[in-house]
Amino acid sequence: MGRTSMKSDYIRGLRDGIPIALGYVSVAFAFGIQATGLGLDALQAVLISVLNVTSAGQLAGLQLMVAGVSLTEMALTQLTINLRYALMSLSLSQKLDKSMTLFHRLTISFCNTDEVFVVASQQRGKLGKAYLYGLTNGPFVGWVLGTLLGALAGGILPAALTNALGIAIYGMFIAIVLPPFRQSREVRAVVVVSVALSCMMTLFPLFSFISDGFRIIICAVAASALGAWLMPQHASEEPMDALVEEGVN
Amino acid sequence: MEWSIFIPYLVVMAVVTYLIRMLPLAAIRGRVNSVFLQSFLYYVPYAVLGAMTFPAVLQSTGNWTTAAAGTVVALVLGWKNKGLLTVAAAACAAAYLVGLVVI
Repeated sequence: MGRTSMKSDYIRGLRDGIPIALGYVSVAFAFGIQATGLGLDALQAVLISVLNVTSAGQLAGLQLMVAGVSLTEMALTQLTINLRYALMSLSLSQKLDKSMTLFHRLTISFCNTDEVFVVASQQRGKLGKAYLYGLTNGPFVGWVLGTLLGALAGGILPAALTNALGIAIYGMFIAIVLPPFRQSREVRAVVVVSVALSCMMTLFPLFSFISDGFRIIICAVAASALGAWLMPQHASEEPMDALVEEGVN
Repeated sequence: MEWSIFIPYLVVMAVVTYLIRMLPLAAIRGRVNSVFLQSFLYYVPYAVLGAMTFPAVLQSTGNWTTAAAGTVVALVLGWKNKGLLTVAAAACAAAYLVGLVVI
């Protein structure tokens, strides 16, 4: 591949990443506000975003560190919440061309977020390093910049506004889960079971000894295992292809 | 937060998250063969998102009414396949506007 082609691939990736980057600025902004609101300083909030680059995992991590849980519980929660990335990385590894040497696999995997993965998966043919660096650069910058702005502006903005921004990340989660929820009866069943378990464990005093982190682990593992047992996904050779067709992003 | 408390949490979060993403991409070239494991991994993201969102979303704004308004708007727009940015922003706007009235 020539230098010109590499450059145009990079720019094509960069362009594909712009919508993701814009979305990340607003969600990370809310994360920054929440982090400083819970007693972290701006540098700490930014460090979390620079080193993790994941919305759900960071939000849970933030709540857990403020609650003062053990490092084991933190590790297990991150493992459960972020387990989906293993599947995405596994799927992505089948699509990489020869330019993706071990070094580039080590760096690109750092930024393999849900949205980046979905966009990358929808490209035709094999993916090279130029396109993938282009695709991941914008979202990474948007994520870190949004966190910084939120962390700095959190103290300045009126409480009514920062309170309202607290729902941003959940809005994004809902937007991710509803399209496949509509299309797939199996996904619908698993989500309903997981939500029902989660609400039950939160509301009944009997379960109050279980922390938020373990509640998510228990609900997700139970609902997914039940789904895998009762509704195995035989149809698709590659589960992630089905996921992409269902419009997860 | 005290840095001496923060740093261990930060390191654990970052290392676990990175390893999950990196190991399959760097090491595994073959395909997962177990149908159960494939199906389990396929369902995990949805189950996680569901359990993380409910009931936590209803406490996310510090007020049940504004949170419920934001949640309804997010559900309606999400149902209509609107983008992440649109849904997140509209949920915030709904919670804010309802807050102006009820708080």
